[in-house]
Amino acid sequence: MERNVFVSRRRIDGFDVLPSDSAEAHVLAVDDSLVDRKVIEQLLKISSFKVTAVDSGRRALQFLGLDEEKSSSVGFDGLKVDLIITDYCMPGMTGYELLKKIKESSNFREIPVVIMSSENVIARIDRCLEEGAEDFFVKPVKLSDVKRLKDYMMREVRFGTANSGGTNKRKLQESCDPTSSEPSISSLSSSSSDSPSRSPISPSSASSSIPTPLDSPVRRLKMTNTGGLI
Amino acid sequence: MDGVAQLQKQLVDFTDSLFQEGFLDEQFNQLQQLQDESNPDFVVEVVSLFFEDSERLLNELAKALEQKTIDFRKVDAHVHQFKGSSSSIGAQRVQKVCIAFRNYCEEQNIEGVKPWHRCLKCLQQVKLEYSLVKNKLETLFKIEKQLIAAGGSIPT
Repeated sequence: MERNVFVSRRRIDGFDVLPSDSAEAHVLAVDDSLVDRKVIEQLLKISSFKVTAVDSGRRALQFLGLDEEKSSSVGFDGLKVDLIITDYCMPGMTGYELLKKIKESSNFREIPVVIMSSENVIARIDRCLEEGAEDFFVKPVKLSDVKRLKDYMMREVRFGTANSGGTNKRKLQESCDPTSSEPSISSLSSSSSDSPSRSPISPSSASSSIPTPLDSPVRRLKMTNTGGLI
Repeated sequence: MDGVAQLQKQLVDFTDSLFQEGFLDEQFNQLQQLQDESNPDFVVEVVSLFFEDSERLLNELAKALEQKTIDFRKVDAHVHQFKGSSSSIGAQRVQKVCIAFRNYCEEQNIEGVKPWHRCLKCLQQVKLEYSLVKNKLETLFKIEKQLIAAGGSIPT
């Protein structure tokens, strides 16, 4: 397994940052939980990512230079962010709100965003994917989840577009079995068999001929039992 | 080499028992896999953070339940956090009582038992499970330390 070479950290305006002259991808991790931040940081480091971990959506935006309150003249250009992974439930700004802000920004909407949550609520996952999230990890996040992150970045590099989440979204919609879910997820068993109207971004989920991969988010959902579906 | 072999066996047996009795789950294994030469104390560090965080949350919960008017949303938020952190380190029994805490407190139909009473009972259970797992983990780390001090290595 690749290992990160130990590099010394600099502090810029309260953020721990790593020098950006290495070839490794840089992930911005956002989580208000101290324990979870430590875990996600280590998961990412072990997987050969550079990590900056912050404790709120607000701090994440500040780091990117997107915060309206602080002047964006604080140049963080040397610290390009290649992926953002954020917790959903956070006080102040939720992960969903952070996702929206990023996708609304012309400078940063290309950055893939992954959401983490301890609650495997289908409606929540749907909302995030519709808003442009690449994937949704149910906590506790595993090493196998983090290893998948490379796929999102490689797709970005290879195709150079932001629409790399299309495939995953399609899988999620097709594989979600309405009969095993709660009634509130009626949007999945929509009467229209053509394009699901609730999902403007992703391609229409027509046939369900693609089987659920073993490690897809939906399968993880079904097997995880953290409090159940609402 | 007898001492080392004995300590290794003690460690393996003790760890096994923690999993069998449900104190720890697969997530704890995941954490151990994340430990390597460049982060040799990772598990101890995360667990220490968990202890700190838990003690803070237990204090907040006790305070919240002492108020004249209980803010149940706040109580729920704290329990949610506790559930999350215990799940992240694999403290399965703590996680389970946190889930029960939220369900029980939200349950509207329990006759004769006031919500805050229920919450107090739940808090007691969470405290109990937390102190049990804390004790177990501290013992685990102690055996590991002894093993390393005796010149042995932790079996993977």
